[in-house]
Amino acid sequence: MTASRLPRPSRLFRPQRLLIYLILILTAAFFLLPVYVLLITGLKSFQEINLATMWAWPRNLSLASFAKAWNGSQAEGFRGLSGSFLNSVYLTVPATVISAMLGSINGYVLAKWRFRGADVLFPAMLFGMFIPYQSILIPLVQMLQRVGQITKPLSVALLALSVPPALAWFPPWLANFVPAYGTIGGLILVHVVYGIPITTLIFRNYYAAIPTELIEAAKIDGAGLLGIYRWVLFPLSMPGFVVVIIWQFTSIWNDFLFGLIVTSRPAVQPITVALNNLAGSYIVQWNVQMAGALLAALPTLLIYIVLGRFFMRGLLAGSLKG
Amino acid sequence: MSHSKRLLFLLFSVFTIGAIVLTACGGAATTAAPAATQAPAATQAPAAAKKLEIFSWWTAGGEADGLNAMFDIYKAANPGVEIINATVAGGAGTNAKAVLATRLTGGDPPDSFQLHAGLEVEKYSPDQYLQPLDDLYASEGLEKVFPKDLLSLLKYQGHYWGVPVNIHRANVLWYNKQIFADNNLKPPTTFDEFFTVAEALKAKGIVPLVLGTKEGWESGHTFETILIGTLGAEAYKGLWTGKTQWTDPGVTQALETYKKMLTYANTDHSALTWSEGAQYLVDGKGAMHIMGDWTDGWFTSKSYKGYGWAPVPGNAGIFDALSDSFALAKNPPHADEATAWLKVAGSKAGQEAFNPKKGSICARTDCDLSLFNDYLKSAAGDWQKDAIVPSVTHGAAAIESWATAYKDAMALFATSGDVAATQAALQQACVDAKTCK
Amino acid sequence: MRRLTRDRILSIALITPSAVAILVFVYGFIGFTGFASLTHWDTLFPDYTFVGLRNYAKLFTIERFQLDLRNTVTFTVFFLLACLSVGFGLAVLIDQRIKGEGLFRSIFLFPMAISFVVTGVVWRWLLAPGTEQTGSYGVNLLFEQAGLGFLRNGWYTAPIIWHISSESTLGILLQSIGLGFLASPKFGISWPMVSVVIAATWQMSGYTMAMYLAGLRGIPDELREAARVDGATEFQIYRYIIVPLLTPITLSAVIILGHISLKIFDLVVAMTGSGPGFSTDVPAFYMFDTTFRGNHFAEGAGIAIIILLVVAVLIIPYLIYSARTEVQQ
Repeated sequence: MTASRLPRPSRLFRPQRLLIYLILILTAAFFLLPVYVLLITGLKSFQEINLATMWAWPRNLSLASFAKAWNGSQAEGFRGLSGSFLNSVYLTVPATVISAMLGSINGYVLAKWRFRGADVLFPAMLFGMFIPYQSILIPLVQMLQRVGQITKPLSVALLALSVPPALAWFPPWLANFVPAYGTIGGLILVHVVYGIPITTLIFRNYYAAIPTELIEAAKIDGAGLLGIYRWVLFPLSMPGFVVVIIWQFTSIWNDFLFGLIVTSRPAVQPITVALNNLAGSYIVQWNVQMAGALLAALPTLLIYIVLGRFFMRGLLAGSLKG
Repeated sequence: MSHSKRLLFLLFSVFTIGAIVLTACGGAATTAAPAATQAPAATQAPAAAKKLEIFSWWTAGGEADGLNAMFDIYKAANPGVEIINATVAGGAGTNAKAVLATRLTGGDPPDSFQLHAGLEVEKYSPDQYLQPLDDLYASEGLEKVFPKDLLSLLKYQGHYWGVPVNIHRANVLWYNKQIFADNNLKPPTTFDEFFTVAEALKAKGIVPLVLGTKEGWESGHTFETILIGTLGAEAYKGLWTGKTQWTDPGVTQALETYKKMLTYANTDHSALTWSEGAQYLVDGKGAMHIMGDWTDGWFTSKSYKGYGWAPVPGNAGIFDALSDSFALAKNPPHADEATAWLKVAGSKAGQEAFNPKKGSICARTDCDLSLFNDYLKSAAGDWQKDAIVPSVTHGAAAIESWATAYKDAMALFATSGDVAATQAALQQACVDAKTCK
Repeated sequence: MRRLTRDRILSIALITPSAVAILVFVYGFIGFTGFASLTHWDTLFPDYTFVGLRNYAKLFTIERFQLDLRNTVTFTVFFLLACLSVGFGLAVLIDQRIKGEGLFRSIFLFPMAISFVVTGVVWRWLLAPGTEQTGSYGVNLLFEQAGLGFLRNGWYTAPIIWHISSESTLGILLQSIGLGFLASPKFGISWPMVSVVIAATWQMSGYTMAMYLAGLRGIPDELREAARVDGATEFQIYRYIIVPLLTPITLSAVIILGHISLKIFDLVVAMTGSGPGFSTDVPAFYMFDTTFRGNHFAEGAGIAIIILLVVAVLIIPYLIYSARTEVQQ
């Protein structure tokens, strides 16, 4: 990438370039500082934890803190993060995929099939991403409980399903995805609904940049609304999807408030709530808290490291310019 | 086009690899620590199985151990009931209370939940959301086994709303024995002695009074013990019933004392929780800490033995009490199981299993003292003979809105040091609560 | 007017579920909250007695709420300034065809992947000041070791509020024109809030950088070349060509960062709580506390509506502006 741009003359003189690197490296060090502390603290053994030496490299590398944060400790009476890590995966992956699909379809309709009232509907939808979520918590819980009453027959039917013993875990696992208060499905519903504004925005702006001539040409070829989406727009949508997936994956994985309020049973709690339980209880040493924090941050970090440059490319393509 | 395909493939592989790794890890964790990953178990049981959901913010340490010990007793007496232990930690119970409030108003209550004994019950609209426990008290003979002071604390609008499981004492002065011995000091019994001791320690470069105020209630906690130490038991109780005026010169004096005390506290107190403050004692950098007796349980969990305890200056012979209780939701999903649970919570066996682990004394008067450590034995002795006063910071003395106004005023005072304005605010809080005129 | 074809009906059918969901989950719920704020709902059980604006009138007399408003202003102003300047600066530097561009970009962008809860937990430790007796911790310790001991300070534990003193010349001047109330800590700048700003900037300035970088890359090189041919200096090129061209990006960034800062909650909870003397307390935290710790639902709803109105003042003109410019295009 960089190599292809090199032939262009550099704009600044050499001493100035040194200064640029110096500033960038110092800033990078500042950005990495917290990660350094997280990492070395997590790697220290329990005896070595001391605020006065918090910057020092660990004398012995030990993974005990990570193991403890992951598995919990029966003796000290706290729960590990492993179960909620899986919950977060079950929650984040479907919620991300569904809200990306919804956003893509909404964006397509709003960008290319403008109807009367669309100019009002779109900003009205966007407003939803700016509201403080505290203001909707109480009615939200009441709504989810009503949804639960409607979906109850479904989960009852699922639990009554007769399956071979080897698959006995399957129906209850599936029943967890039925939307209701206190289930993963309920939390997915919440994240999908409150994700609609941002995903719609990103896709609408993305599709707006795609020439209308392409659509018109497909129409002349006899393609309908769905056909155009399937054969013209969807194949062009990857950069938009990457941006939306990164965005939604990160915000759903990192969400704390909805997870806290909607799931009260530890069995379905997402990882941020479990991490808070770990860090909020005065009994857990802070190296275990740091290790837990790092474990909780790992998937989103991974997404950024692997997909970060595609995210940049998506931004460059103008999809988030607003 | 090939570019998008590559990207799609990459995305797909990331998710797939991720899923494989996770499944593997999940499997490993299940074998390593079965208790930690009972995630699917809650739903795996047949739909007809009996259940009981208990809600609390006891997520870790001695508190969780104590709760589990009580669960064990319950399970032995009620085989086949699956217990759902719904816990929410953090924010000194705020997160838990948020969840509880939404669940009660939403019509999906847990069967039984944690509640401070005392006027805190008012904020739960007990006539709407709670079931009176008068019948249970009668059938289990609970009025005979709890002390009178506690019973009067538990009664609200003529009914009992919770079964108390323990008693904590709020007005304890913890100190580092080594530091006191090295400097030939004795734990102070009056505020004058306190300042003499503090001056001596300050000269040695030791933090005389350790404080941690991160969560916002600790300043109110410290001040309530100073109020008790300045006014005495009766006048302090009178503050919450309207018999003592908040404009009283004694309140002014207590504020002045607290203001002076704060000059001997660690400067970073707003960065610390109470337990991080107590760490100063463990590290030998701080000498004294005013905190409730959950500190004893925390010291024990840190295997720290070099601490001593005394009443806060002026508090000798007065027991500033708070109590955790379990309430019963109105129309609980599993009524029979919940009633059986409350019986265990109020029973001798239940309290003897719970309290030594939790680090508190029994609410019942007939527990076997030999089960408890030295501190708790001494606390149990004081509980029998001291004057009992209710803690305001921990929900016993006043309704929640008043207690909150009190805590907020004291949190501000810890930095402003404005005696006149704070006293006016405290008086106003009493007026707002319709106790003062 | 276009004809109602099968596709047009289908297009409306496709968007209806989302529109209905937003109508109920956003507007319906806000309506409910707005209604609740006008009632006497003061315990757990709803009491829908209508009391008008009494809850709002009461809120503005509460000292904690007044301080919260001050803190929000402090936070928003500093956070926006810091993110925009750091983000823009980094974007310009990275745009200079440097080696290792991808690495730097990733380093600056990754904090965005981390939740505010984790950020708060970590920065709480980094900025824990220590005391005279215990020695320095965290960043203070780092300063000490680097020979920069004079930079040590109490961070979020030092209850310093910069404000106009009522005894100063300016204070007396303000009093003489009837604005004496401005010379009080209630109209000051809360120093502990600056610690929270540092943590928040660490998290969000990379995102601002990414937006600016996207903008910079969208500016055709010919424009710069032409300016250079005309003898413009690099500074002039940025001042008169690039910065004006980036205005839409700045606007988007202000909107996104601004609404984050007005709603900030998780970070404050995890990092400092209310702070000494409520110096880092914010309305969203107070709302949570009032509603769920105190069960004063009506008052809590009132705070939520106030936050919402402030956000709306920022957002709605922007939404209208974007809709207009688009029509013009």
